[in-house]
Amino acid sequence: MAANEEAVKYVWEGAIPLQIHLHKSEVASHPPPPPALVLAPRIGYLPLLDHLIKPYFKDSLPPGEDSIWFDYKGLPLKWYIPTGVLFDLLCAEPERPWNLTIHFRGYPSNVLIPCEGEDSVKWNFVNSLKEAAYIINGNCKNVMNMSQSDQEDLWTSVMNGDLDAYTRLSPKIKMGNIEDEFSRKASVSSPQSRQGGTEIDVAGQVKTARVPVRLYVRSVSKDFENLEDVPEMDTWDEISYLNRPVDFLREEGKCFTLRDAIESLLPEYIRDRAQTSGEEGEERTTDASDVSQETRGEIKMVRIQGIEMKLEIPFSWVVNNLMNPEFYLHVSVLVKEPQR
Amino acid sequence: MDSAGEVVNDGKITLEGFSVAARAFADKWKRHNLSFPSWSWVSLINRTLLKKEECYLSLEKIIILSSLEGSAEEESLDVTADWWEKEESIDHTVLVQNVEDEAHYYDYHIVYSASYMVPMLYFRGYSSDGKPLSLDVIKRDLPSSSVSLLLESKWTFITQEEHPYLNRPWFKLHPCGTEEWIKLLSESSSSDGCQMPVELYLVSWFSVVGQVVGLRTPLEMLI
Repeated sequence: MAANEEAVKYVWEGAIPLQIHLHKSEVASHPPPPPALVLAPRIGYLPLLDHLIKPYFKDSLPPGEDSIWFDYKGLPLKWYIPTGVLFDLLCAEPERPWNLTIHFRGYPSNVLIPCEGEDSVKWNFVNSLKEAAYIINGNCKNVMNMSQSDQEDLWTSVMNGDLDAYTRLSPKIKMGNIEDEFSRKASVSSPQSRQGGTEIDVAGQVKTARVPVRLYVRSVSKDFENLEDVPEMDTWDEISYLNRPVDFLREEGKCFTLRDAIESLLPEYIRDRAQTSGEEGEERTTDASDVSQETRGEIKMVRIQGIEMKLEIPFSWVVNNLMNPEFYLHVSVLVKEPQR
Repeated sequence: MDSAGEVVNDGKITLEGFSVAARAFADKWKRHNLSFPSWSWVSLINRTLLKKEECYLSLEKIIILSSLEGSAEEESLDVTADWWEKEESIDHTVLVQNVEDEAHYYDYHIVYSASYMVPMLYFRGYSSDGKPLSLDVIKRDLPSSSVSLLLESKWTFITQEEHPYLNRPWFKLHPCGTEEWIKLLSESSSSDGCQMPVELYLVSWFSVVGQVVGLRTPLEMLI
């Protein structure tokens, strides 16, 4: 357990140094205000920083009503994606501090969902938590039945990055756990096992759980050697977003890895199974034979909580340690687009 | 995978079942809703995800005339007639100029939720100049029962969320609980327990969900 707790602690303490500039069209003071330096929690959301940032800029703003939003190199940032995920996704080569631009006017409501401050962020969290509960337990009763005050306290713990309070409250949601294959000897702390419906399929694999995963796939058309050569992103259309649960499969004598999980969501990018696993009688490699090396797409990087992941890591470890507090695992994937 | 002939008995539907049910629904709608435009089965090919087709049912450019007097309920019943008016207006643009100004256009998409294993309704409204309508304006076009539900549960009934395939803000009807009432529906509508042919799934689903946004399902479709 100790090792697990340590990883979770790192996730909760993870933060990104932001250097925030007021957009020049909104500077109504002379000289313009210096940028604000703020440490943004990875598991947090950008609008929650407003009380920290506003004091820096309030004297420079033109008159009018505030509706805060951020952009990175001109790309409006989606506030409902955790800050750490935005950073992993948009900065292939990490930029520290991360230079963001803040706007208090001209909300781009054609591309961003409106944000009514903390309430919007909180309900985005609660609705995601409900969805995760449905995936894991087959219903969202445990979230719905949580008392108002517990729900409020759980949200506050996330907002304040208070892992102790979260650890105390989250068992009340009674989310099923997946057994950690990496440290199976560790004491079983799960209140109940996942009820994904245990099914045995033809290959002798046992489906033991459904895992909530949000996958963000950024595709780049040109090949690149170094991460710093990855071009900037101009539009969200360059990202394919997959909100689809991963079926956790257990097979005797075989570990379900991160590669297996990603393969189930992006089968066309993982084709070298023949070399990496000794399975026989599988048809998984048939696609590879009719696609030449040049035309196929390629996974360049998989990043979770700022970590470039090795695909051989047991998926159970990844989920149990690196998921966000709403029980979703957010995975950023960078791929080289297949040539056509 | 061919899912025709399958039955649904737990309120949930598979992606394959959804695609069968969607076509069956669109066909029935066409036969029994002659005054309405038809639903189309849209499939986008994602350039990153290659073979994985992203499919949804789409009913677009439905016109609802917002009248300042009269209850919202009456408006929703007028949808059909309004649509005809619009068709004719193509020939008489000048005459109906003032009508055009007040017209609200609605697009409805039915998308499969892999998390809940049920369909979800997404919609958006816009005025004749293409400007998106806010929820406050949309409320005036919704049946009064939906408006009161909106007041009670602001964050868990209809919220603005990103369209899963189009990357833009749309309104979404929350799917939590769908499975339960579909189960109830199928229990009451069939003699052999709670089974429902997959072809009827979306018809039953829409007979409930459509009402929320003022779209009625003709009774003949349910047979």
